[in-house]
Amino acid sequence: MNMNLREIISISEGEVLTPELSTDVNIHGGYCADLMSDVLAYSRPRAVLITGLTNPQVVRTAQMADFRAIIFVRGKKPQVETLEIAFQENIPLISSPLGMFELSGRLHDAGLKSYEGNVAD
Amino acid sequence: MSPTKSQTEQEKYGRHRPVTDRDAHEINRIEELSYDLKVHEVMIANVITTTSDVPISSALELLRINRISGLPVVDNGILAGVISLEDIVRAMQKNELGKSVSEYMSTQIMTVNSYDSVVEAIKTFSEKRLGRLPVIDQSKKLVGIITKGDITRGILLAVERDYKEEEVRRYRASHLFEDIISDRTTLVLRYNIKVGDFTHGGNASSHIKRALLRLGADQQLARRCGIAAYEAEMNLIIHTTHGGILKLEVEPHRINIITTDDGPGIPDIQMAQQPGYSTASDKVREMGFGAGMGLVNIKRCVDSIELESTVGKGTKLTMRIAVSSETLNSKRD
Repeated sequence: MNMNLREIISISEGEVLTPELSTDVNIHGGYCADLMSDVLAYSRPRAVLITGLTNPQVVRTAQMADFRAIIFVRGKKPQVETLEIAFQENIPLISSPLGMFELSGRLHDAGLKSYEGNVAD
Repeated sequence: MSPTKSQTEQEKYGRHRPVTDRDAHEINRIEELSYDLKVHEVMIANVITTTSDVPISSALELLRINRISGLPVVDNGILAGVISLEDIVRAMQKNELGKSVSEYMSTQIMTVNSYDSVVEAIKTFSEKRLGRLPVIDQSKKLVGIITKGDITRGILLAVERDYKEEEVRRYRASHLFEDIISDRTTLVLRYNIKVGDFTHGGNASSHIKRALLRLGADQQLARRCGIAAYEAEMNLIIHTTHGGILKLEVEPHRINIITTDDGPGIPDIQMAQQPGYSTASDKVREMGFGAGMGLVNIKRCVDSIELESTVGKGTKLTMRIAVSSETLNSKRD
């Protein structure tokens, strides 16, 4: 089931870090990892990325792999360069106080599909 | 769909025909569009309104003249309620057409925000079974009105516009390779990558991905090339002595992505291609890279790779992707 990013924000008790960007985004699934190589290799496009890393490379990785939004877990806040790239590439950033397992579980319960897959798919 | 075909399909499947892949693709596209499309783009902006202090009889006159069934009631720009024929009938029954609109208007009204996507409006329409919705802006001012018909029209226009934009882009791309005549035309893009420049890491790949999309590559091809280029770009940033060059070569039927650097070179090429083998520092690992999966990932994205390296001289990585004529700068059926 697809989910509006706004609904995902409310489920994740998230704080929007990029208020300039629209949160009216159609999300097709979810994927979580802290290893960017895993994100590049095993995710499917149009999902939300859930991660504990906050450096600019996370946004670049998300952009390359066609993610539509990023949620940082455990209330982490990114550095300013990360926000700049997110703004440039139109990828909304959200900070959630929840841990990665808890957040993923809640989203999955609410009907968000796992978007793991092979890069060649 | 011809009537006979739809009859046979109905006989075969009952009321609901199974959704085919093609249907699903179209539905997806329209769903995407209804997220992109904002309420203010499809609403009617010039709304006929009344105020709450006028007599109901004059509201009725407005409805009659304009042949409409309801009026937003606006006081000083702010939406105070809606008066509909139904409300007026109630007033008529009590013979109170002379009373002010405020006494009979509905004040519990559903509205939609002008900057919301039309998906929000569609949701409200289907949940509340309403015919029309007043549109308000951030300061709660009435800025328009929207009906289901407006949404349908807006989506149809957007589909057409979307289709035309794609056509134009593809036309431009085909120009590049068809109008410029040579025995072999190649578009080459070069990017200088600095060693250790993690902040800008991925900028070049980002440009490469965008260029391919502009040239008419589909999302999947652009994604594969983007990921391969990005892994290779990060390798230049992480592992080289002085950085290197990332190069994209586009031809009508193939794409090459090539990185070159002048050192330090890879002592054991076979070892470097083992999944999980890495010489990256802890700093790089903390950033989510250096897991020894770069070359493995690249191999999965491209059709073939060639890795040449001499210690003390440098490394050249060539990634090749074959492009079917349907994927890049060609007409779609």
